Amino acid sequence: MSRHSRWMPLMQAALLANAFLVLAPMLFMGLSAFKTTREIFQHPLGLPEIWSLDNFSRVWVEARFARYIQNSVIVTAASVAIILALGAMASYALGRHRFRGNDFLYLYFLSGLMLPIRLAIIPLFILMRNLGLLDTLWSLILIYAASGLPSAIFILTGFFRTLPADLDSAARIDGAGEWTIFARVMLPLVRPALVIVTVYNLIPIWNDFFFPLVFIQSDHLKTLPLGMTAFFGQYYTDWATLFAGLTLAAVPVVALYVMLSAHFIRGLTAGAVKG
Amino acid sequence: MRAGRRLWLIFFLAPAVVLFAAFVTYPILSALAYSLYAWEGIGRRGFDGLGNFIRLFTTFPYPRLLVNAFWHNVLVFVLTMVIQNLTGLALALILARNPWGARAYRAIFFLPVTLSLVIVGFLWALFLNPVFGVINKMLGAAGLGALARPWLGEPATALVTLTLVNAWRWVGFPTIVFLAGINAIPDDYLEAARLDGASEWEVTRRVVLPLLAPAVTIIVILTFIGSFNWFELPYVVQGVSGAPNRATDVLGLLFYRTAFGEVDTGLQDIGVGSAIAVLMFLALVIVSTAGAVFLRRREVEMG
Repeated sequence: MSRHSRWMPLMQAALLANAFLVLAPMLFMGLSAFKTTREIFQHPLGLPEIWSLDNFSRVWVEARFARYIQNSVIVTAASVAIILALGAMASYALGRHRFRGNDFLYLYFLSGLMLPIRLAIIPLFILMRNLGLLDTLWSLILIYAASGLPSAIFILTGFFRTLPADLDSAARIDGAGEWTIFARVMLPLVRPALVIVTVYNLIPIWNDFFFPLVFIQSDHLKTLPLGMTAFFGQYYTDWATLFAGLTLAAVPVVALYVMLSAHFIRGLTAGAVKG
Repeated sequence: MRAGRRLWLIFFLAPAVVLFAAFVTYPILSALAYSLYAWEGIGRRGFDGLGNFIRLFTTFPYPRLLVNAFWHNVLVFVLTMVIQNLTGLALALILARNPWGARAYRAIFFLPVTLSLVIVGFLWALFLNPVFGVINKMLGAAGLGALARPWLGEPATALVTLTLVNAWRWVGFPTIVFLAGINAIPDDYLEAARLDGASEWEVTRRVVLPLLAPAVTIIVILTFIGSFNWFELPYVVQGVSGAPNRATDVLGLLFYRTAFGEVDTGLQDIGVGSAIAVLMFLALVIVSTAGAVFLRRREVEMG
């Protein structure tokens, strides 16, 4: 569409206003992390008098953020890897093959998209206890991987279906086997969708605190969001430390987003249809 | 060849099916079954038919709590649709015209979506603190001190404020989805409409918006699911009881309290909790299935 319009200055103003609304609170959070609590209360909008890292070191060591972040990395990486592998395989079968029960299986997986798995928290708690997985990172990995499959299959099956029908036939005529068609022909073509699935699952898993809240008791196994709730109770009046904790908790995911956002946006705009 | 194909299909599908069945389907079916049994603490007793549902709807204090929480979820959904998603649509329509800085704006708008609701909730709780929070201080500095109030502490404003905080976090999501939907529309369609003499507004209204129907449906479904799954934000900011005075109580909190017990009342009833879960489950299935069917019918072949 054209960028020449007499409304464009108004549109730019709207974009700028929204960008300010998004960024100002985060900037404020980051600046406050370097201040003392007294400074935050007296000069909330000013720059820190001294750029001190004291707040951060207190959060990193005393409040055990290093450990929480490590646990979050392990759980998130393992869960996303399983979702991508199993989700892509199932979606290929559902999106490219007609067979009895295809629609049923597709809707079966999709049902998980609609049903909040946390409604089943009591049976899950008992299941994990019976499997001896309570208070382990595995309890989190298994539930995240299983509940991430519906969105992965929803997104990936949609992408597989948009690929031209001739692709399979052409590859089959060339003598390619099922695995080759899947791994060498189809997967590279849905790579933008794989990036979307990764981002789509990565963020909720990294950020979840409901399942750690129920499954994890030991402090050394806590993930970042769960660790943070304990941290907030502990440092309730120490706003400088609180802002440093919030900033530190936001940094990994924001850094990851800055690196992945280009892929994410390219994946959405490139579109399999015209690609 | 037929048998070989069948084996391949099993190979591709079985791992996902097994994992999903064990850790999603089985627990959810169990949760449904639990609602039909009598419970003592976490011990399951005899089959009780609809006893838990009857108690949920007739025994104090459940009916009042249920209705109270339900309307709060409805309010969150409506407000989110109006405020967050219309803003997202407007931003997407602007960004689709490829204004200066469009790529940067897209990235900025989506940034808060990546933040944990724990971070977002605590951050805004500090901003909205009645005494030390920057919001009331800025209102005072702007000569609007009369407007300053304990936004999260007053029943009249607490839920709306939480919904706005939630929209601050989420608005980039519908923006990106709508934008992708608009960008997927072939330029030929728009050019054809313009050659026929349509104004930019008519192109938007008669070509872009109808072809955006799938994206709109997806956003409505996701907003509904999101609104009825509200838990983290009120839990983190207002506590498990939906303070102040249950003004931010939602079905997610009510379910959690009923299942795991409440600190102040010691109330725990897995039977009634499971009944609440079943009702939420039904509402979500009906709306989501209707949406998915609608979506499949509206899928437009482009290309």
